[in-house]
Amino acid sequence: MRIRRLLIANRGEIAVRVIRTCRRLGIESVLAASDADLDGLPARLADRVVRLGPAPASESYLDIDAVVAAARSVSADAVHPGYGFLSENAALARACAAADVVFVGPAPDSLEAVGDKLSARRHAVAAGLDVIPGGQATDLAEARALAEAIGYPLLVKAVGGGGGRGMKLVRSAGELSRTLDLAISEAAAAFGDPRVYLERFVASGRHVEVQVLGDGSRAVALGDRDCSVQRRYQKLVEEAPAPLLAEQTHTAMARAALALATHLRYRGLGTVELLYDRQLRTFYFLEMNARIQVEHPVTEMVTGLDLVAEQLRVAEGLPLQLRQEDVVLSGHAVECRINAEDWTRGFRPSPGRVDRVVLPAGDGIRVDTHVQGGSVVPPHYDSLLAKLIVHGTDRADALARARAALGLLSIDGVDTTAPMHEALLADPEFTAGGVDSTFFDRFAGKTRLLEVS
Amino acid sequence: MTLSPDDVRDVLRALDSSGLDELHLELSDFTLTVRRHGTSGWTAEQQVLRTPSVEQATTAPAGAAERPRHRAADHDGAVAVRPPLPGTFYRAPQPGAPPFVDVGDDVDEDTVVGIVETMKMMTPVHAGVRGTVVEFRTDNGELADTEAVLLLVEPAPGSSGEDGTGGDGDGAGR
Repeated sequence: MRIRRLLIANRGEIAVRVIRTCRRLGIESVLAASDADLDGLPARLADRVVRLGPAPASESYLDIDAVVAAARSVSADAVHPGYGFLSENAALARACAAADVVFVGPAPDSLEAVGDKLSARRHAVAAGLDVIPGGQATDLAEARALAEAIGYPLLVKAVGGGGGRGMKLVRSAGELSRTLDLAISEAAAAFGDPRVYLERFVASGRHVEVQVLGDGSRAVALGDRDCSVQRRYQKLVEEAPAPLLAEQTHTAMARAALALATHLRYRGLGTVELLYDRQLRTFYFLEMNARIQVEHPVTEMVTGLDLVAEQLRVAEGLPLQLRQEDVVLSGHAVECRINAEDWTRGFRPSPGRVDRVVLPAGDGIRVDTHVQGGSVVPPHYDSLLAKLIVHGTDRADALARARAALGLLSIDGVDTTAPMHEALLADPEFTAGGVDSTFFDRFAGKTRLLEVS
Repeated sequence: MTLSPDDVRDVLRALDSSGLDELHLELSDFTLTVRRHGTSGWTAEQQVLRTPSVEQATTAPAGAAERPRHRAADHDGAVAVRPPLPGTFYRAPQPGAPPFVDVGDDVDEDTVVGIVETMKMMTPVHAGVRGTVVEFRTDNGELADTEAVLLLVEPAPGSSGEDGTGGDGDGAGR
């Protein structure tokens, strides 16, 4: 089915991003916006705006009935769910199918296959990927036996958790019983699902992920990204390709991601998250994200592709127009997430009115944002204001250009994390490349010490 | 219409070869200013001016019912507890859990009386005063700005009765 009118059931910079591709492709864009977003930049850029519901996400962006009703009322051909909110929700995908509207995302059974951590792990194993040694533990005896096999330290993770929630470190056998009990009761309370599993603890890991695109029968890998610079499991900086990895590691990662996508008969854009163990120089499957990601622009910069356009194409049921050999990576790209937060005060959120927005522009520079002078950033949603994406001939060139671009960027009226990125881009460990996911806490601690002295 | 990033890049390429340092474009529904900053590059400042016309989904849920306003009971000398950040006020650590405090409970300065969720970050609200909770002025799940009164605490004899804000705890991500 040809998509001529697309309902965008999301907000913020990803809504603006999808609108841009609609405009380029001649697709009518209809933004489904909550009361807090009716006059925002995405609403001003979209061809049409339909009210989705009240400001709280549970009554608008997370309300399946409201999204389907909005799609129906404007006779949209398709729904683009963006990221977050309902983007990986199989019930929305099914409700769209029932309403005869295309869901721009994978089939419901793919969403379910990778939506549950244990199920995703089983599929990864079936596809031949290495997973972190571990498995489900329903009682203490099972956990003890498993822990002996994988060794300490280990992690107890809630099946329903994610993004760092519902995760506990066990240092030795003596701690296992108490931590397991606690993890199970907390998981039941927090996620309504008491299931937990154990995993070997990787002390120095990098978060590397592979972008894949499938049409249901064939898939291509579109290179990898490194997202190891994180605070409390929130990504701050991403780059493509992942730096300082052996060529055969890049190849093996792409092959693993493709094996999983093929095994799932995956149709859509997806990301296979891997944990690269810096000590063992090997990698494990972590999870698969069945949606477009915040950090997709770094892949677009090095591949020259429009991933939203590719996503819409396979959603229409068309076969991939890309062959693996057509995917050629050029140069290096870096993305800095600029959030409305004061990083000098514990990343305190800073919603409110943006007075003025001046952005760097030019070749190799891209800023994806949803704010302009006069925009109001509501407290209801996440704090992402803008993404500065810079493309260079190599990593050093990309970082140098990012420094210059950051110097020219100003978003006034709210606190932003732009100063944090200036400090990061000046840090020798980050500049050297290949930092692990514990780097940012060390960096923040070090920077604080410098400020005091 | 507006200019796409590609359009802006084309404008910059044209300007680069000219001697111009600044260009200001004003159309009916948007303005664009591009500026040269020596050798460090260009900036763009864009303003989209249109006012969106909003359609109602035919079967969209009605707007949230007007919540009953709280009776401003007479609590002379009670201290108002306000949120440290604007956000959604929650009285319990998670849905279904018992509230942190209720009317009649004794609190001290550091007692957590609720949390506010601002941009997905949870910040505890501390009573900031020693005394007894006498009234809630903000409902669970209601948005509160920093001027909003969340609850009132009747100060215990001898404690300071100043109008306070609910402490600035270290935000706990969730």
